[in-house]
Amino acid sequence: MVEIPDRETCLDLLSRMSLIRRFEEEAGRQYQRAKAGGFLHLAIGEEATIVGTTSAMRDDDYLIGTYRTHGHALARGTSADAVMAEIFGREGGTSGGRGGSMHIFDLERRFMGGYGIVGGNLPLAAGLALASQYRDEDTVTVCMFGDGATNTGNFGETMNMAALWGLPVVFLVENNLYGMGTAIDRHSAVTDLSRKAEGYGIAGERIDGMDVLAVRERVAAHIDIARNEGRPTLVEAFTYRYRGHSAADPEVYREKEEVEEWREKDPLVTFAARCEDEGVLTPEDVEKIKAEADETVKAAVEFADASPEPSLESLYDELYVVSETMGWYAVDERSPEPHRGEYGEDAPALAKELAESGAAHAEDEQEEQSRPGVRS
Amino acid sequence: MTPQKTAQTEEETEAKVNDDSTESKDGEVPVLRMREALRDAMAEEMRRDEDVFVMGEDVGVFQGAFKVTEGLLDEFGEKRVRDTPISENSIVGTGVGAAMAGLRPIVELMTVNFSLLAFDQIINHAAAIPYMFNGHVRVPMVIRMPGGGGHQLGPTHSHSFEALFLQIPGLLVACPSTPADGKALLKAAIRDENPVIFIEHESLYGIKGEVPEGERVQRFGEAAIRREGTDVTIVGVLKMAHVAEKAAEILEAEHGISAEVIDPRTLRPLDLDTILESVRKTNRAVVVEEGWPHGGVGANLSTLITEQAFDYLDAPIQRVTGADVPMPYSKRLEQAAIPHEENVVEAVLATTEGAFGNRKDRS
Repeated sequence: MVEIPDRETCLDLLSRMSLIRRFEEEAGRQYQRAKAGGFLHLAIGEEATIVGTTSAMRDDDYLIGTYRTHGHALARGTSADAVMAEIFGREGGTSGGRGGSMHIFDLERRFMGGYGIVGGNLPLAAGLALASQYRDEDTVTVCMFGDGATNTGNFGETMNMAALWGLPVVFLVENNLYGMGTAIDRHSAVTDLSRKAEGYGIAGERIDGMDVLAVRERVAAHIDIARNEGRPTLVEAFTYRYRGHSAADPEVYREKEEVEEWREKDPLVTFAARCEDEGVLTPEDVEKIKAEADETVKAAVEFADASPEPSLESLYDELYVVSETMGWYAVDERSPEPHRGEYGEDAPALAKELAESGAAHAEDEQEEQSRPGVRS
Repeated sequence: MTPQKTAQTEEETEAKVNDDSTESKDGEVPVLRMREALRDAMAEEMRRDEDVFVMGEDVGVFQGAFKVTEGLLDEFGEKRVRDTPISENSIVGTGVGAAMAGLRPIVELMTVNFSLLAFDQIINHAAAIPYMFNGHVRVPMVIRMPGGGGHQLGPTHSHSFEALFLQIPGLLVACPSTPADGKALLKAAIRDENPVIFIEHESLYGIKGEVPEGERVQRFGEAAIRREGTDVTIVGVLKMAHVAEKAAEILEAEHGISAEVIDPRTLRPLDLDTILESVRKTNRAVVVEEGWPHGGVGANLSTLITEQAFDYLDAPIQRVTGADVPMPYSKRLEQAAIPHEENVVEAVLATTEGAFGNRKDRS
């Protein structure tokens, strides 16, 4: 068992895990109230893997994830307000409502994004690490993805390229035992995923993803290898999500008993208990942390609710950088004229009409709250 | 930001972007092959900017499957001219990641057909990232790839996917037909902040043309009028710009028809103004491309012309496209699947005679 760190560290770890837990619970509740659309993937149960990892990273290291990454952004220090507003699709969100729950992003904290394509973030991580190597910087990229991603072509391609080029990246599998609803022994021929490293000549290690201190210690060691030896490694954190794959998941693929069994290893409960047992934190500390998380999340919902919807005029914003080399860009060539220099306020009438009718439909839908299959 | 073309910005950009340093010291404009012009563009930009690097399959030691990267490894070393494994999606994705961190990658894919293996990274990532992260990060990269038929490379190495890329918001699409444009457009692509799909034509790598020395950077979204004319507008993409020119010569010599030939040079942004201006003058239009007919460049362009210059048209717009089949290997069949000047002549005659349906339907 990893030795317990100082009081400040324990407070920080537990605060971040509690914030993620509370945030995810509330996000799920807001989703039920139709404040959020699309899919919502919650990381309840996986907090130790997330926080253990980010606590081992430097501020200038890159983190990149998949689509269950509200918690990753929060752990990096992104404000709960901005993450909740993004889930609500509002202007105050991390991506101004363009990305949604699956695409949280925070350049300032080097959280380089959540991505909706399983395995899609792996080569991006290699590219970020390549940039560090290219510029002779000692920053490391930590790339987190689910067990399902280890079956994608990108996994094989990227692991090979990263190993070949000695890129400073830690590939971290958040193995929660299911690729959506398909159990690991039904989706991967080798279920000890850390062994998949062997084929690429790199080190692989399986760690206890429910123990924040174990994650923190082992990921620190792997980051050290990446930073100081310029070698990628593969870490498999054994973890579990207590909720369904997404809010639309009836969970027919697993037994209630299994969920209950994992609940006994709840990373927040076990860590708080240990902190108390070893006299590092008091029960009052733990209660205070929970209350603070409550407050932060409550404020985040208020912020998100108050944040305006993106303006219709912003539909085409940020699609391109209109620069000297690009010349000009017609927003929508279906407009009668002119064809050059149309942008922003000068967007053609037809595009505006489309946007306005779209907005009217969006309001209708909200009234109906009719999203088939996503009410659970 | 409103990039209205004011007189002032026009002057500025003319000075900086379209600076034609047309002559070398002895007054001769150098003649280069397309592959050399493209190589020079990359070499010059790599000398100018440390962040520019090249990666792809066999771009280094092998010097490029089509020898476009010849000499780059010697000059710039393995750090900046990187041979990759055969992993198209991850090659592009690694480029996207590096671009997000501020580098300026030039990724070479060996043929456009191989780009299909990288569509996830090109569309879901390179094109989407700047928009879905609300402009907090950019993807300044160039993805170069040769396409087109003519070398009997068969159904997996010689297609024309301009239309596929043209459809995707977030990408810019360049398709140069001359060595001078190849160099000047590639330099613009490398300097641009957006992800650029740079489509080259396998059959054009060897063509020679005058390439002005020095800093000529061709702004995207400016078509070239290859030949002026009064009776019909022919728009030709990539190699088909040359085929259109040949057709124009035949039309003049044998039919007394004066054809205006336009090479759009970039499909996104598209210089629709130049095309419409020409159509309003000639009242007839033919679009020539090597790609497939359904949902093709010609389909798109003829719709735009119809929507915006219908009243000026004296005849239905004609499309000349590649045959609606995977590219066959047999030389005879391959040639039958690619448009030639006589097909363009036929299409023009169909518009000038005001008749339609009297042409062998290539689709």
